[in-house]
Amino acid sequence: MSAPMPYSPPPAFASLRRVLALVYKEGMQILRDPSSIAISIVLPIVLILLFGYGLSLDIKQVPIALVVEGSSPAATSLAGSFRLTRYFDPQTVPTLHAAEILLQQRRVLGIVWIRHGFSRDFQARRARVAVLVQGAEVNRDRLIQGYAASVIQQWSQQQAGRLGVVWQPGATVESRVWFNEAMRSRLFLVPGVIVLVMTLIGALMTALVVSREWERGTMESLFVTPVRAGEILLGKTIPYFMLGMIGLALCIFSATVLFKVPLVGSVWVLAVASGLYLLVALALGLLISTVAKNQFVAIQVAMLVTFLPAFILSGFIFDLRSMPPFIQAVTFVVPARYYVAVLQTIFLAGDVWAVLLPNGAVLLVMAVVLLALTRAKTRKRLL
Amino acid sequence: MTMADASTAKLRCANVHRSFRRKNGSVLRAVVDISLAAQPGTVTALVGPDGAGKTTLLRMITALITPDQGSIEVAGVDVCKNPSAVQAMVGYMPQRFGLYEDLTVEENLNLYANLHGVPARRRQAVYEPLMKMTALAPFMHRLAGRLSGGMKQKLGLACTLVRTPELLVLDEPTVGVDPVSRRELWEIIARLVGESGLTVVMSTPYLDEAERCDAALVLYEGRVISAGPPHAMRELAAGRVFRISPPVGQTPRYMQSRLMNQPGLVDAVPEGGQVRCVTAPSSADANPLAGLMPQPAAPRFEDGFMITLPQNQSSAASAAVRGQRAPANQILAESIGNARPNNSPGSEEPVVEVHDLVRRFGEFIAVNHVTFTVRRREIFGLLGPNGAGKSTTFRMLCGLLPPTSGTLRVAGVDARRAGSAARQRLGYVAQKFSLYGHLTMAQNLAFFASAYGLHSAKRRARLAWAIEEFELGDYLQTLSGAAPGGYKQRLAMACALLHEPELLFLDEPTSGVDPLARREFWQRINTLAEGGVTVVVTTHFMEEAEYCDRLLILNNGRILAQGSPAEVRQHALAKDSQPPTMEDAFIAIVEASAVAGGGKA
Repeated sequence: MSAPMPYSPPPAFASLRRVLALVYKEGMQILRDPSSIAISIVLPIVLILLFGYGLSLDIKQVPIALVVEGSSPAATSLAGSFRLTRYFDPQTVPTLHAAEILLQQRRVLGIVWIRHGFSRDFQARRARVAVLVQGAEVNRDRLIQGYAASVIQQWSQQQAGRLGVVWQPGATVESRVWFNEAMRSRLFLVPGVIVLVMTLIGALMTALVVSREWERGTMESLFVTPVRAGEILLGKTIPYFMLGMIGLALCIFSATVLFKVPLVGSVWVLAVASGLYLLVALALGLLISTVAKNQFVAIQVAMLVTFLPAFILSGFIFDLRSMPPFIQAVTFVVPARYYVAVLQTIFLAGDVWAVLLPNGAVLLVMAVVLLALTRAKTRKRLL
Repeated sequence: MTMADASTAKLRCANVHRSFRRKNGSVLRAVVDISLAAQPGTVTALVGPDGAGKTTLLRMITALITPDQGSIEVAGVDVCKNPSAVQAMVGYMPQRFGLYEDLTVEENLNLYANLHGVPARRRQAVYEPLMKMTALAPFMHRLAGRLSGGMKQKLGLACTLVRTPELLVLDEPTVGVDPVSRRELWEIIARLVGESGLTVVMSTPYLDEAERCDAALVLYEGRVISAGPPHAMRELAAGRVFRISPPVGQTPRYMQSRLMNQPGLVDAVPEGGQVRCVTAPSSADANPLAGLMPQPAAPRFEDGFMITLPQNQSSAASAAVRGQRAPANQILAESIGNARPNNSPGSEEPVVEVHDLVRRFGEFIAVNHVTFTVRRREIFGLLGPNGAGKSTTFRMLCGLLPPTSGTLRVAGVDARRAGSAARQRLGYVAQKFSLYGHLTMAQNLAFFASAYGLHSAKRRARLAWAIEEFELGDYLQTLSGAAPGGYKQRLAMACALLHEPELLFLDEPTSGVDPLARREFWQRINTLAEGGVTVVVTTHFMEEAEYCDRLLILNNGRILAQGSPAEVRQHALAKDSQPPTMEDAFIAIVEASAVAGGGKA
């Protein structure tokens, strides 16, 4: 070689140039690898749409069978109410027997049975309308019952108003919580998606890309250069932190613009809290990949340790207070739990510092501890 | 090595030990008491089969693994006390390139230049000679993953040379690389050592590469079994190497198989249409080859290696044992001369017929219009470097992968529609050990016997045959994952042969296997072929072509040459009165096709 570089002793501090070189390398790899783009951009959008539209607890145009015995004006009017509401798509059948057949064939999901003498009973304030459901899908069936009850309730209110009587709640009416619940579900599910996206990008992707470097032998080459272990970690953390923040921006945008979820609190508080959680997730991902040096094991462990708890044990979908005490105790070590609390507060209640500060503090402590642990565990050694 | 040597050495290892705990709790002694000193401006080779401890030693030198005992110094710096200092001044190319396949050639170079602190303004001056040397200049903007195996190795080497390292450590840089690239890599290393006084330590499974080095350490099961300049190894075999021409009408491989077990011989390999033999040092006979008109030949490193092998050291005793099986000297001459005057298997009907076979993976053409036939009882070789299309062709033959176009008939059946009936007639040994590591050898055999539907007396007979034929008796109750490498391979072959297939496919059976086990393996293949089995085998060891009846050389999915070893060898001209080797032939063919094709890169 005509232009050799003399050997220089290893520097005592982290070199900006080396870190930048590693960040640039990682960035190029992200841009060229369709799977990183899929996880960081496409997946958040899919999740938002899925949770926004698919997992809505709202129901619309549910096919039901309407059995109206007799033709009293009240019965006909109530049946009309069922036809007019957008929640149901009723099919009128002459007998209960015919309706049961439809239910068995799954051509309808429920039966509303208005019996003989409904008008008379209604005036006597003892009218009863039967709402029958299969009970196979409890959640959906409860919704049908709830909606049916509300239709009946509204109708009886109107009737009472028309007749000039003071309406009193009849025995037929069930709780109406479900009605509002459907409206509320989207409001907390969409922000909840942010926790999934941040976990995927932070933990799952870093665990994957680091273990890939082990598998392909590139880690071995990197180690035998003047690069320091901390620089390798920075070289992984910075690009995926930025990727996570892009995912966050995407989620906030689609939540507020697409689904009209109000963002009551400040975006900046949200960004800081998300940054903290992202650091926790990144540290977890890096820690996993220092232990599991192949992609298959890394993804399994990352799923079990980060993604599934973020999904199930964070209070995102399942209410923590209704869990058995032991499981509740476990949730305290799940970082996503604190982040979900922060997310729901900022989105729905605003900058409530009494909630944000303690949860943020826990995330900060977790981030510091996990990053320190990762740094200590990362050595330029194979074994 | 004297003390004076050790003080000036760029690399000094003293009594280095390293053990690993296996998953089953047993201890693997990967490196046992190894000492070495590499002088500035020299190339030191670590030679040995898989599992000899080469990679572990190199990783200890580069501070990736700490030794249990002993000391290592690179340019006077203690590796254990100051690992990061050593890692900063050593250039290291691990076995798997260490390249980022989704970065371009230039981006890979830039990354390493930045990591090594090469200023941006100096880069052009540094890259230019590197690109010239590696001939990668036209590919600066190509993704590293799209380079050929040889080009990847050159790029890996260039990345370690963005600044001149104190010590260059290369782990098996020439494995799986085609002979042309291999030669080029060696030229690059020679230039670096000659021009800039670089010190190189490298590992290789190829014994012939040891000859190009200044010092060679032969490792075997973690220990050094010989160390010193390669000529010392050659001199061990001086006057004991002979070439024998087989009688007219007999193949060298047939003769070699008869000579292999001959008392008084430590080695016999077919080469250049002859059989190359090495006699044992303490042989009682003056020359065990008397009567076969042996011509003396120049000794090589490998001949000395065969003599040094522990198995061959007690040659007097082993010769006596082996002598009981082999016929006496004189009878040998007769039997070689008379028995089976012509076992040329070419006369029989084709078992495998491949016509105009093409396989594409997207844009990439892995197998490009390949046509060949394999006849009954033939040993047919598919030769070529990694990525030549050998394994893809193989998978199509076995009905594991549908071809894009072309016809394939295996044992008379169209391989596209090969059902279980066709598979019943062929055996397949995959490249990697693909048996159940958590079952014992006996359980593996029993499982495959059931899988092939063998039962009652037939089953017992075949299992007994497999255990005897492959000498598995001692290891039957051992978990197959924990058995020694050679036994794993025997078990794999035994399982593939339980159902008495007429056709046996072997994918890279000898890669990573030590030279002795390789010879033993070819011995078995010979026996099988003589017993009526047709064998199709892939290999990237060019010299193994000599064991085949006919062969096909593939490169970049195309057939470069086809025919008997003698026919293929004719592509190269004889040099230094020695007949050309298969590797010479490969290089000559590639160069000729490059000239004809206008020099495609």
